[in-house]
Amino acid sequence: MAEDELSRVFAALADPTRRGIVARLAVGDAGVVELAEPYDVSVQAVSKHLKVLEDAGLVSRSRDAQRRPCHLEAEVFDLMTKWIERYRREAEERFTRLDAVLADMEAEEAPETQEPRRKGAAS
Amino acid sequence: MSTNTKPETTIKANPDLPTIEIVREFDAPPERVFRAWTDPELFAKWVGPRNLTTKVDHWDCKTGGGYRYRNLRDGEEIASFFGSFHEVRTNERLVQTFTWEGQPDGVSLETMTFEALGDGRTRIVSLGVVESMEIRDMILSSGMDTGVVEGYEKLDELLAAQR
Repeated sequence: MAEDELSRVFAALADPTRRGIVARLAVGDAGVVELAEPYDVSVQAVSKHLKVLEDAGLVSRSRDAQRRPCHLEAEVFDLMTKWIERYRREAEERFTRLDAVLADMEAEEAPETQEPRRKGAAS
Repeated sequence: MSTNTKPETTIKANPDLPTIEIVREFDAPPERVFRAWTDPELFAKWVGPRNLTTKVDHWDCKTGGGYRYRNLRDGEEIASFFGSFHEVRTNERLVQTFTWEGQPDGVSLETMTFEALGDGRTRIVSLGVVESMEIRDMILSSGMDTGVVEGYEKLDELLAAQR
């Protein structure tokens, strides 16, 4: 998945109403009117939100029927999970370097000492 | 003491607030972890990606102090950062702001706590807060373009040589 596509996914989910719609669709497919019910907004406003979710590839809508139920594309969320995992690994990489620095510091602080748990008297 | 249980970083991005929480445990007491975080020479050794050099220009690590550092690749500056040390509570807590100069209007507020776990270990909890969900998600996505895989390979080599 291209990076700008992922940016669109995250931008789409940056809105609380759209996150609410996604949460509702996670339970099962639903039409626009149903989706608009919990919100104090027009059906048109919800349609606009749906368009953003569709453009981000999060939601698909069947073309044929009048009701055009909306469907959540769950695999997009798998990609997002991988993406956050990449960020996590980057942080882990940084902290692994910090582990090495801490190990060096321990060696320098107490080269001869047998009691690594006590703070060294010298500093 | 020196058991090498695989440390794991956990990341939590709150679905309703523009925050990133990072938790990690270290096999060192809080005093040492705090020093590695607040001494500019030690900080520069681990903070930046492996293929970059970190150069600290300014570092005044006390409550009300500030800092600035740059990342260099082959001597050429590719990013710079600055911020304030809002509160420095030795061995316990560090509160600071963080701005990437490439986006000078953006600022995150970062609170780090250094929690003694006993047995000479420390848990770090870092909570970062930014202005909006969009910016938070942009930060989360920043790992996409940093040649991460290459970095891991170099790091693996380094660690294999050291241990």
